[in-house]
Amino acid sequence: MLEGGAPAGGLAESPADGATATRAARGASLILDDVHKAFRLPHQRVHTLKERVLHPLRGRDYDDLRAVDGVSVEIAQGEFFGVVGRNGSGKSTLLKCIAGIYPIDSGQIHVNGRLSPFIELGVGFNPELSARDNVAINAVMLGLSRRQARERFDEVIAFAELEEFIDLPLKNYSSGMSVRLAFAVAIQVDAEILVVDEVLAVGDAAFQQKCFQQFHRMKDEGRTIVFVTHDMGSVERFCDRAMLIERGVVQMIDEPHRVGRAYNELNFGGLIHNRPDADRWGDQAVAEIVDCWFEDAAGNRTTAIAQGNRVSICTEVRFHQPIAHPILAMSVRNEVRHTVFATSSLFHDEQTGVYEAGDRVVARITFDWWLAPSLYQATPSVAQRGAGAAALDVREDLADLAVHATRVSGGVADLPHTLELARS
Amino acid sequence: MSLSAVGAPSAIGSDLRRFWNLTWVLAMTTWKLRFYGSVLGYFWSLARPFMLFGVIYLVFVEFANLGAGVPHFAVYILMALVLFQYFGEITTGCLGSLAAREGLLRKVQFPRLVIPLSVALTALFNLGMTLVAVLVFALASKVYPTWSWLQLPVIIAILTLWAVGLGMLLSALYIRFRDIQPIWDVAVQALFYASPVLYVGTLVPASFQHPYHANPLAALFAQMRHAMLDPDSPTAWEAIGGAERLLIPAAIVLFSFAIGWVVFKHDAPRIAENL
Repeated sequence: MLEGGAPAGGLAESPADGATATRAARGASLILDDVHKAFRLPHQRVHTLKERVLHPLRGRDYDDLRAVDGVSVEIAQGEFFGVVGRNGSGKSTLLKCIAGIYPIDSGQIHVNGRLSPFIELGVGFNPELSARDNVAINAVMLGLSRRQARERFDEVIAFAELEEFIDLPLKNYSSGMSVRLAFAVAIQVDAEILVVDEVLAVGDAAFQQKCFQQFHRMKDEGRTIVFVTHDMGSVERFCDRAMLIERGVVQMIDEPHRVGRAYNELNFGGLIHNRPDADRWGDQAVAEIVDCWFEDAAGNRTTAIAQGNRVSICTEVRFHQPIAHPILAMSVRNEVRHTVFATSSLFHDEQTGVYEAGDRVVARITFDWWLAPSLYQATPSVAQRGAGAAALDVREDLADLAVHATRVSGGVADLPHTLELARS
Repeated sequence: MSLSAVGAPSAIGSDLRRFWNLTWVLAMTTWKLRFYGSVLGYFWSLARPFMLFGVIYLVFVEFANLGAGVPHFAVYILMALVLFQYFGEITTGCLGSLAAREGLLRKVQFPRLVIPLSVALTALFNLGMTLVAVLVFALASKVYPTWSWLQLPVIIAILTLWAVGLGMLLSALYIRFRDIQPIWDVAVQALFYASPVLYVGTLVPASFQHPYHANPLAALFAQMRHAMLDPDSPTAWEAIGGAERLLIPAAIVLFSFAIGWVVFKHDAPRIAENL
């Protein structure tokens, strides 16, 4: 799932066992296998024939924007699957690929059953036309025949509760009313798999309740729904699983509440991957820093946490030659490149152990994170004991951590403290 | 049920009923919108050809006396004008149609050819309605229906074939090159004068007669004149100088259609992302 040598620490794919069992029993209704989709962004756009003729070579250079970059997922029949991600993360492109609106560059998408052809409610609605005409247009867009559209018209209008406004042009509808109409048509679609963008933000509270019932009915019928949303509330309320996508790459596929939390962290902090090409010193002949990462209190790798939580900074070192009592050190910089925290094995127990070639060791530094919300970068180092403490391997800014908090105090650290007021 | 692969949109798709339903609904919607909320809508739609006809009649028949010795010249001009406008409506309508329907193309998976074809269908509805008025005018001008009028649907069909072929080509090209629009406007204007709309084909000097009728519109309008207005006027094959030479305008029509189809079919899967 995670590709390109960019492991997203802590965001592992580990759906609940129960859900896995259900999926296996029901069979997959939608399978994506290593789906890639890139858009060509020419450096200079050629819009006209004139430019093309005058400058035949211009615009031949282009960048590939990899909107969907190796997405694989299997969605079970009857599953409600949420896709979340920030703007520009590639989630809508992914949806369009699934719906067959965009051709994919490589990989495969398979469906088991009929796929709804639309990704948005109310497509083709025309403000000048009446509800009656709009239902006819929209229903045909959604895949019904003209006859089915006519037959189901009353049902649609009844569901939308718009009986009095049938012949009113849509431009005179409130936005809530037209959304209700759009939703009422959409649920008439004869498809086993629905792929929709932002489906749940509909109407007033009473109508929403009705929509929820419809969702449950669809679920009972074994229909599969894949939807994109920004609303973590509806993800947690409806989805069996959810997927978090960032820069076209799946970050996690997990239970909705975990994905919701990761999404919020992403929005607060900005998820940053470990960078393999960070500046590096030392010849690594004796010892090599293999990896460095942050762990949350539960011991999972993470790249974003809420302030006040317990955090461990871990460094894994591999030795290539025998060495006695190497020095392991760590420093943490904030966004403005101040070193706000540093520590070393020298400050603790100097006896770090004797290692043979091929041995590995993980140093774990644990503390409660009371530094201010910011982006932090950890620089681990390993050095030879003795005069000058020669650096064996130093890797600048190897691991990243985004720390978010509900308020920003302005200090570089928000130390736990008490406040007493003593009137004198 | 078994697994099936999800593909990209194609030109026609696998479900012809859905293709037709969509084309029909889009065409009807556009057509309805044109007349919506105005009783005079129909008359307004007639205003364009008839006003133009009025001016042309005045200038070319009354002032320039181009119609001397041409039976039912007024009806001829009106017929040719209506047919030419039908051709123009399809081609220029198709040209920007994909860009105009961007919302649909990006949100719904459907066969892409629906869009230009719905433009043609709307134009056909309009033509039908306009022809009713033309018929009234013809009867008032003492032109009466004959069996040979049955050739008109065939003439319209060939005209449609050519217009749709060019429409497919233009709509696909417009996505790449936006200046196709002014280029085509000029081309239509040129074609208007190069076709026998303001005059009859027999007015063209004898030495140009044959090459002139290589223009499919010239051949079609010559046949229209022969079949509907003046049995003494040359047929399309007489005008071009032999039935076998009709292969030239026929080839132009078929070639345009083939090119249009190939280009459109090739571009269809990526129309949504290239818009």
